[in-house]
Formats: sequence, structure tokens, C-alpha cells
Amino acid sequence: MSKTLRTPAGGSVNRVKTIKFSFDGKTYQGLEGDTLASALLANGIRVMGRSFKYHRARGVLGAGSEEPNALVAVRRDKARIAPNLRATQVELYDGLVAESQNRWPSLNFDVGAVLSLLSPFIPAGFYYKTFMWPKSAWDKLYEPNIRAAAGLGHAPTEADPDSYLNRFAHCEVLIIGAGPAGLAAALAASEGGERVILVDEQCELGGSLLSATDAVIDGQSGRAWRDAVVAKLAANPKVTLMTRANAFGYFAHNMIGVAERLSEHQASPAKGAPRERLWQIRAREVVLATGAIERPLVFPDNDRPGIILADSARTYLNRYGVLPGKRVVVATGHDEAYRAALDLHKAGVTIAAIADARPNPKGPLVEAARAAGLPIKTGYAITGTKGTLGVAEARLSPILGAGRVGPPEIVACDSVLMSGGFTPSVHLFSQSRGKVVWDETLETYLPGASAEAERSAGACRGQFGLAKALADGFAAGSDAARLTVKRDFVVQATEGDPKGVVGALPHDRGNGAKAFIDWQNDVTTKDLKLAVREGFQSIEHIKRYTTTGMATDQGKTSNLNALGVISDALDRPIPQIGLTTFRMPYTPVTFGVLAGMARGDLFDPVRTTPIHDWAVEQGAVFEDVSLWKRARFFPQGREDMEAAVRRECLAVRSHCGIFDASTLGKIEVVGPDAAEFMNRFYINAWTKLGVGKCRYGIVCREDGFVTDDGVVGRMSQDRFHVTTTTGGAPRVLAMMEDYLQTEWPDLDVWLTSTTEQFAVIALQGPKARDILSGLVEGIDLSPEALAHMSLVEGKICGVPTRLFRVSFTGELGFEINVPSQHGRKVWEAIWAAGQPHGLVPYGTETMHVLRAEKGFIIVGQETDGTATPDDVGLTWAVGKAKPDYVGKRSLARPAMAAPDRKQLVGLLTKDPHIVLEEGAQVVLTPGQKAPMALVGHVTSSYHSAVLGRSIALAMVSGGRARIGETVYIPMPGSDIAVDVTSPVFYDPEGVRVNG
Amino acid sequence: MLLITCPHCGPRPELEFTHGGEAHIARPENPAAMNAEDWTEYLYMRANPKGLHAERWRHLHGCARFFNALRDTTTDQFVATYATGQPRPDLKGAGQ
Amino acid sequence: MVDLVTHASPMARHVLRGRPAALEAAQGALGFALPRQACRAASKGDVHALWLGPDEWLILSGVSDGLAERLEDAMGAHPHALVEVSDRQIGLVISGAEAEAVLSVGCPLDLGLDAFPVGMCTRTVLAKAEIGLWRTGPNTFHLEVWRSFEAYVRQFLAAAAVVPA
Repeated sequence: MSKTLRTPAGGSVNRVKTIKFSFDGKTYQGLEGDTLASALLANGIRVMGRSFKYHRARGVLGAGSEEPNALVAVRRDKARIAPNLRATQVELYDGLVAESQNRWPSLNFDVGAVLSLLSPFIPAGFYYKTFMWPKSAWDKLYEPNIRAAAGLGHAPTEADPDSYLNRFAHCEVLIIGAGPAGLAAALAASEGGERVILVDEQCELGGSLLSATDAVIDGQSGRAWRDAVVAKLAANPKVTLMTRANAFGYFAHNMIGVAERLSEHQASPAKGAPRERLWQIRAREVVLATGAIERPLVFPDNDRPGIILADSARTYLNRYGVLPGKRVVVATGHDEAYRAALDLHKAGVTIAAIADARPNPKGPLVEAARAAGLPIKTGYAITGTKGTLGVAEARLSPILGAGRVGPPEIVACDSVLMSGGFTPSVHLFSQSRGKVVWDETLETYLPGASAEAERSAGACRGQFGLAKALADGFAAGSDAARLTVKRDFVVQATEGDPKGVVGALPHDRGNGAKAFIDWQNDVTTKDLKLAVREGFQSIEHIKRYTTTGMATDQGKTSNLNALGVISDALDRPIPQIGLTTFRMPYTPVTFGVLAGMARGDLFDPVRTTPIHDWAVEQGAVFEDVSLWKRARFFPQGREDMEAAVRRECLAVRSHCGIFDASTLGKIEVVGPDAAEFMNRFYINAWTKLGVGKCRYGIVCREDGFVTDDGVVGRMSQDRFHVTTTTGGAPRVLAMMEDYLQTEWPDLDVWLTSTTEQFAVIALQGPKARDILSGLVEGIDLSPEALAHMSLVEGKICGVPTRLFRVSFTGELGFEINVPSQHGRKVWEAIWAAGQPHGLVPYGTETMHVLRAEKGFIIVGQETDGTATPDDVGLTWAVGKAKPDYVGKRSLARPAMAAPDRKQLVGLLTKDPHIVLEEGAQVVLTPGQKAPMALVGHVTSSYHSAVLGRSIALAMVSGGRARIGETVYIPMPGSDIAVDVTSPVFYDPEGVRVNG
Repeated sequence: MLLITCPHCGPRPELEFTHGGEAHIARPENPAAMNAEDWTEYLYMRANPKGLHAERWRHLHGCARFFNALRDTTTDQFVATYATGQPRPDLKGAGQ
Repeated sequence: MVDLVTHASPMARHVLRGRPAALEAAQGALGFALPRQACRAASKGDVHALWLGPDEWLILSGVSDGLAERLEDAMGAHPHALVEVSDRQIGLVISGAEAEAVLSVGCPLDLGLDAFPVGMCTRTVLAKAEIGLWRTGPNTFHLEVWRSFEAYVRQFLAAAAVVPA
């Protein structure tokens, strides 16, 4: 075969700009404007991929996004390998490195092709049938080997170094597809002055006009008309034109997902240039002008390289200046193939034969072919091909009727063009939840009633031919823009009969011949018939059993033929078989574009407190608490966490510690009914809480289980300063708003989040008062004036403060709320004042140990959404006299008072050096074998420096009654004996809060 | 992404909303007086209709108000949105 | 893109909620009517009232101008809540011909001038952060961002301002 199939002239490739690229390590030349597929074809490369299941050599079948065979990986460097790209959509650039897939060791000699010989043993459902027994073999043998052999292409092993963008857009009219119908729709829609967006997956707008040669629109060539229209639209500021944009998903309420390729096609993208952009476009109205995809013919050995869709061959010729071969057989059941034959004939290609399965094709295209002297055989089917790594001869047989054919003629050729007709692309329409309907005349599915504000136009709704597409598109654009503009396009184009053939052609070959339906998943007519013989009737089941239409191309070229074959096998008309729902994405999209900008530093907001930078400067180690960064501990020198926490704990107990509590949730509850609201929402009673006093509040859900806790201070008769846990802040506020807005809208009370209004500095330890005394103004810190669980407003370091005397450590403690902008200044002043008193900063880890020593719970650690206040020892907090509060009725359920409920207890290991593992289970007797009788679990466990031993909190069934008993913590190899104790390990009398 | 018509702010993207479960389940006036069955019904039992469903939404990242909506669970189309406290609109023939 | 986002000048911020009588009284202290149309702001001098919800306004005013005290005095015993949030959030100004496009990278609202005219304000989202968004000019937006989200928002806007080649 001749090495160059490039025509001497023609097409829209740039003949003077050659481009070097490599494919499987060999260097080739292409032209600017080529796709990888057109450049490979021009170089005489016919084998571009290996099929998924049988590893059969495959050439390019189409010229666009429907391509099932020519899947390649494009590699820029180790981290930039994009697998499974359709060579038909890969724009050629200088230095492009592409590799074929699914072959070893090479594309032309693939060991895996032996699978094709084994194919009699790999029928539909092979995996389901074969790898059933023994069950134990699945994990170790079957699954790993199947996984190793499965999959298409290889993902890069390094992190994606590129960036991606997001964009929301809004328009009145969104048009998807910029072929003749889409362009006409945009022309009409843009006349109203509203926002119009036109998207197309190709690098140029124009669709079929890009490869048209004979069409004349309004006196201009198709290409010139296209250029003029695009220029007019581009000049309209209300019109946005998008190319390289894959409208991959139709989401509810006219939200369309579009993946736009930004730098993928560039030879050397600028450093940091975003690679792709995800558009989420909300349109008032959508026009689907997605065109139609040519159907292959189904005949034995229809997958040889060199067998190509007829209209795609026209595209290669007219757009890229590439011939499919020098001697071509055209097999068809549709008029459009004649157009391809005529164009190729004009380009000097020998048309060896046109085998038309129809007995009596008519019309201008057929007549033109006759007039040109092309050898037409009507009533002929192609029944086979031969050739090594490419077609070398075609077998053409007369159709005798009743599925039989006569003796074949063998015709030598280097390419076969085929056409079964065109299948409207109803994918996006189907995604919009519109139901397709069967059209008897066209024998295809067309869009039915719309489920969204959309309409289809042109070939995607069966309006085939240039004149119809333009008229239909313009009308749809006008309608979508709510206009009544009219325009008559004067079109000179030869139009054929839109009807084609569906399903398999008759043939006389034995069972060994493979007639492919789904190229990408290697599904043959035999597989479909077998499925039917085995009892499958629903297309949904047959699809999953045979995998037809389930490859990355989603059956773009195969679905209708599959239905035709199944229809024959079931002897039931196609509409009774149905059609599976099309799923997004229309063509595959990268994970990168879906992740968009939400990666790296922008994966999630990182919330920091006003004191954060100080902690950073001090070398603090941080932990994530919801979105917050919180200082976990402050290591000195080479301290590890254990050593730092031990030191920090002892310092708080002996001197004083300073802790950043700014992340605590804060809610200002204000209004005359504030106390009434608090009474109804919290389990506690609030009416009698005096102004200037604090109370530890507990929130239950309506089901009676603890959901949050925190100290609440009464600022005035009608104002409460509520605190919540760090992670619970949004949830508690939302729950409060829910009750207030929907259950108690009559209450005169309002809620405002003040979490970030205040920086909160906790000062805890016997020296706390001494440290603060010199910094406050107008505040009496004496125990008489400011008792434990009270608060005062005044000034500290010259700024206003809400000063709480509270303790989460059991020590004398204060929590100083100051406006956030002053947080660091006040912190540093306290820090300086504390130096003579041995003040240390401490982090969340130390905070956890200190509160555990006191038996204080952490909601979400001791509780798990199934703990009542009583379970965690907080019955004392319940406002028992209140007639109602959220959760009260549920707490009265008998099960909530069952004696075997898990209750909070302390655990002390017999060996004080053992620190239990949090989450470890509790059992009553040692030496149990699984399944053990589990009675509880460890919720918190630490080494307590002040006690010189380990401590743990646990939830244990009937735990309070077990205090004094020995229970066991089963661990691998041994059971750890522990004593059940009160959860308060340190200062049980509670005298230390008094300083 | 749904486009939800907030009764106060008009049509807004779903990203601004949180879903609040079935609507028109009022908290009983006197929970203490309720028997276990009735309380269980209130607390746990929810409708899961195919078709029109009255549900609560909150325009959290907007006006922050709760409101009710009638949505067809098979098509995701909203038939009506209305303020909390208003009765379910009588829409004979709509949806389903 | 350095100049696209700047800090708004320091200001006092209060959330105003209340029953009609209190709101009537508040207007006297404000010197102008609270905007009752959803998602609209009203201003007089350097005092601005931004509608956030049917009974919720964000009042922006000069620092230490005593407005809060005057509002409290005016509303008196009428049921209301006035809560200072001056330090809860910070103001950012994003200005320039590309402001709308940059915000549309992360904000799902239609920010076209017809849909989001000058004077419109609302809470919404910018990627994963909640923001208050107020259009103060055809090409100028005022953002109210919770203090701890400022770094994220600024970083996001900087990334969003990258224009593909």
C-alpha cells in the first residue's frame, strides 16, 4: 500500500505547515489542522488500536466523538498521560506523542489476540458463568487476574500537575451543536438581543459544513456561509461561542455540564495554563442540535482496519485531504454513501463496487453515481472481508430473500466504506428525562415530549438534509428566544432518502464469522442471539449481560443495530424492546475537570483563628477540627506529642495554661422570648438563670439523644450568649432556626451567629486570676464578685470583653471573649503578664486530657448519637419541672431508662502503664472467643500526668452498677484487666475550680 | 443542579439550599400526652411518594428562611413553593 | 490581578431583626427606610441597610458612630434583636471589567446586570464559602466574608482570575 494517502490539494488543513508527531515510538508528519486519526491515515497507518476483549486489530471507524476503535493515550510527560482519547478528536500539535492501547508487545503483533482464537469459549456472560466456583477462588485467583487483564488504557501514576477552572454561566438560549441546525438556531436566537451560548465539541464550529463540498446556501458555498455566520455571531456581544466544549450532561432544570478543553491541543501550553474548564450553564431554553451518527453495517468481519463509515471517509477527504484508500468498495443501505463514493471518485479513487442492500435504490445521489459510471450492485450485501491487519478484499453476495444470499463475488480493495443510515443523537435529550419515541418511517428513535424547556432541531430529531436542518434550526432558535423571526434559506444540495437499514445484513457464513455490533466492547450478533436464547428479553438485561452499548462510547454507533438484531431474535418489533436510558457523560470527561478548582489549597476552606499566626510562630502542631486548624500541642525543643502534652497538663494544674478557644460556636439569642426559647430548646431550665450567670447547656434531638453541649451565659434579661462545640456550630444554629421558624414562629426571639465576632482566650490554672488582674478595667475578679459559672462585661487591655469564669479543666478558669480584631493583641498581653507565673500555651490534645481527668464528656467522642443525657451522667442538668423541651417525650420511652443502657464510666487498667486504645471493646470475662459478648467500648483514653497513670472513659452496659467490678479489654494476644470506676479521676470534690 | 424558587428571593441554585425532609409534620402541642405509637409516628414515619411530595427546604445561603415546596419526585419539577405555615396548595391535576 | 480584590474600609456591622414596630422605629434612627424588596440595599451617607431576609438586615456604618446605640434607643421595648458582627466578617471589594466573570467562577448566581442589578445584595456561595454579595456598581461588588474564610476566598478569586490563553 502506498505510504501517502494525502490528496495533492483540498481540505482545510494547512498544507505549508507540517507537524511532527510520534505514534508508538515512530515519528510521522502531519499537517496543521489534522487530527491524530487523519494524520495516521495520511501516513498509511491503518491499525490504530486493539479491541477490548479479543484484541483484534482495529482501524479508525469514524471521524468524530463516536469513534469506538482508535483509542490512544497521549503523553506529555510522566504525569501527563491522557488515556482513552479518541484519535479522531486529538488535534495534532508539534511533538505530540501518542501510544496505542490494549496491545502487547506491539500494535501489529499482539499476544492477546490469541483471545480471538479462544472466542468460541468466551461467549456472552462468560465471566458470570465461569468464575463462579469455587467461591474461595474469587478473591485470590479470579478477581486479581481479571482485573489485571481488564481495563482500557493506563492512568498516569503521578499526581496531575495541571490546573482546571470552573465557571457558572447563564443564558436565555443555549444551543448544543454548531452544525447547520445549530448555527441557524443561533442566528435566529441572537436576533432578540438575549444571551445566547453556542457550544460544539469540535475545534471549529460548522459540523457537517466543515466537510461539505457541493452545498450552496444563499448563494455561498457551505464553508463560506459557515464563515460568514460564525463571524456575525462572534461580533454579537450577547453571543458566546464555545469550541472544544463537550456538553456531557443534561442536569435538572436546564443545567448543562460542559467540559471545555483549554490547552490540551497546544504544543507547549504556557506554564500554569489551565488544562480544562468545567462550565455549569443554566439556560432558560435549550436547543439540542446534536446531529446524527452514521450506523455501521453489520456483516461478518466488519471490523477490519480500512473499513470505515462512509460519511467519515468524506470528512477525511474533504476536511483533511486524506483518502481512505486507493481502491474502495462501498457497502451501503443508505443514499449518503453515494455522496462519499462520488467525492472519492472525483478525487481519483477507484470505486471498485457499490453494493447496495436495497433492491431498488433511487434518488438524485444514486442517479449521480450512475451518471458518473460507478459500478452499482443493487440488492447486494457485503458478506465478508479478508486481509491481514487491514482489508484486502470484500465479499459481495446477491440477496435472495428470507435471509439467504447467493454465491459471492470477491472484489479486491484497500478500503470499505459502509453506511447503514444515520441514527439521531438523542443522548442529551434522553438525559433530560425526555422519552424517545419510535419513528416507523425513519426506523429510528426520535425525541418525544420534552421534560425540560428544550427542543431538538435538525438531524437529531430526524430532520435530515441541509435544507431541513437549516429551516428546523432557525425555527427552533426563534422559538427558544420567544421570537417570531422567519428566514428562508436558499439551499442547493443533493438530498437523499433518509431511511437506511437496521440490524444485521444477511450472509452465508458459518458461526465462526464475527459480525460486530459494538466495536469497543467486542459484542457480536452471536452474543446477542445467545443472550436471547438463554432467556433474556429486556434490553436492559441483554445490555448488561452482553455489555453491548456499555463501553466508553455508550453505543453511539451500535445501539440501534443491537436493537435490530435483538428484534429479529425475539421476533418482536423494536419499540417493544425499548431503549436503554442514555447516561452522562456523552463522551468521557476527565476526573480533573470534574474536580475543577477544588483541589490542593482550594480543596476546602482552611479556617484559622485570630490567634493562629501566634501559634504558628510558637511552633505549634495543628490538627483539623471540621474546617478549622487548631493548635494540638506546642512542642518545646525535641518534644514529641506525649512529652509536650504531659508538660502542658502539669503546667495547667500547677500554674496556668492559655488556650485558643476561638473556634467554639457562638450564637447570640436575643429577644423578649429568649429565655422561653432556651427552655424549649435545651434540656436545661433557664428562667431562673440570673443575668451574669452561666450554665452548662445540653441539646438533645427530638429523639432524646445528645447532639451538642456548651456553656450559655445570660447577658441580660433578653440576651443569651450561647456556645456550641466547634464542629456543631452550624448544625445547632440550623436546628434552632428550624424550631424557631417552623414550630414557634410566634416567639419574639432572633438568632445570630457570633462565632467569628469573638476571639476566645481560655486561661486555666491556679494562677489565672493573678495573671488577669492587672489587665482588666472595671472588672472585679474576686471570687465573691465573679464566682465560678458567672460572667461580666468590661474591658481588658482597653478593648471590650465578655469575661466568663468557666472551666473545662477543673482548675480556676476564665474564658475571655474579645472582638476578633483584638484577639491576638489581648492574647499577647495575657501571655506577657503570665510569664512570671509560669504560663504555658496548650493545645487541644492537652485540653482533651485535662477534661477527661475530670470526667467531662466531649459530644461526638463519648456520645455517638445514641446516648441520652442520663447515659453520660448528665441527668442533673435536666430541667425536670419543664412541661416540655426538645427530646423530653422521647426520653420518657421505656427503652431510654433500661438498666442495661450503655453508661459513662471510668476505666483504670490494673497495670497503670497501659493506655487503652480508643474504640476498644469491653467484655465481662477474659478468654472469650469470637463472637464475644461485648458490653461496651472505650471512648477516651490517655496518660494522665497529674495522676501518674493511664485513665480511660468508656460507655459500658449498665456501667454505673458495675463500678468496682473488674472487666476486660480484649486485644490481640491478651485481655487487659480494668477496674470500672467513676468517670471523675481528679479532684472529685471539685475544689480546684475555686483556685 | 435544581433551580428552586425561594418564596422570598425567587429562583436560586440548589447550592444555596438545604433539604429539610417532609413538610407539614407539625410538632405536637403536648408531646407528654401522646402514646408511644403516636409519638413514634410523629418522630420516625415519613412518606416517600412517587410523584408530588410536600417537602421543606431552607434557603440557607440566601434569606435563610425555611419554606415548603411541592416537588414531583419522578421528574424533579417543582410545582409550587410556599411559606412555612401555609397549607399545602390544592393542585388537582398537577403533577402525577 | 493584584488590584482586582481590595479590602473595604473599616466599618461597623450589625444584624437587625425585629417585629414591624421595631423596624418602623429603627428607620427613624437610620434616617431612611429599610429596603423591603428582597435582596436590595438602601443607603444614606455611609450608612447602608442590606436586605438579607424578610426580617433581617445587615446594617453597615462608620466605626464608632453611635448608630447602634441610637437604634437601640429608638426601638426600645419593641421586640427586636440588634447584634454586633463588626468583627465576624470582613469586607472585600472586587472591581474591574472582569469582576463579574471572576465571581462567576465560583458563584452560581446569574450576575448579569439584568438579573443582578446595581444595588442588589444577597447571601450566596462562592465555591465552598458563604459570602454576602452586594453590587455597588456595574463593575464593582462588595463582598462580606466571614473572617476565617477570607484567605480561602482571596485565594479562590486569585485562581479564578487566571485567564486561559
